[in-house]
Amino acid sequence: MTLYDETIDCKGMQCPMPVLKTKMKIDTMAAGKVLKLITSDPGSCKDIPAWAERVGHKLLSNEETDEGYLFYIERGE
Amino acid sequence: MVAKPKKKMAIIASQGSLDWAYPPFILASTAAAMDMEVKIFFTFYGLPLLKKKINPKVTPTGNPAMPMKMPFGPQFFQNINWPIPNAISGNMPGFESVATGLMKKTFKNKGVATITELRDMCELLGVELIACQMTMDVFGFEKEEFIEGVSYGGAAAFLDFAADSDIQLFI
Repeated sequence: MTLYDETIDCKGMQCPMPVLKTKMKIDTMAAGKVLKLITSDPGSCKDIPAWAERVGHKLLSNEETDEGYLFYIERGE
Repeated sequence: MVAKPKKKMAIIASQGSLDWAYPPFILASTAAAMDMEVKIFFTFYGLPLLKKKINPKVTPTGNPAMPMKMPFGPQFFQNINWPIPNAISGNMPGFESVATGLMKKTFKNKGVATITELRDMCELLGVELIACQMTMDVFGFEKEEFIEGVSYGGAAAFLDFAADSDIQLFI
């Protein structure tokens, strides 16, 4: 169980909206805070890690659950 | 820590149909979300995508690989790829409107954003939208028809940015 500060639900959205909405959400958070993200788009399994690495956020975990694809992302500097 | 120089992406959007309007806006908004500096240069048939009200259409004629599937009904029905020859799709009045409606419905059902939503995201994320001045003059577009924040330029303006860009795409 990962601790988190904020959540965002991107279920039902297709590429590129989960990345765009997640970017906007995490921009409102302070560095070091953790965002819980859930998606239903299988493409996001590759897209979210690629985006996070590119912009310097830390992907803490990435797993498929009954609810959808679950990501915990720590806001970078 | 020294900040890394921003990656840059230069896109030419030359097509304004519903299907071809997606790639430039998807890639531009995503690149901006990935901290890249992005400029889209709209030329020829891409130019109408800058209008305040956009209503791009799709035509199956000349798009032989376009799947013709129905976005409603039972799954087996939705899976049928209707073999409609160009002779019919190109000659039947209203066929384009129907195809456009079906594609929009399919996108909506699958949770794909609209072109207008993606364009709004581009603006929000700081993508620069540039209209090709020459095409405007040729096809008689006025600046008043376009959304606010559009800038104007020509080939040299695009190439100056493209020369220093990491990614250059012609769509």
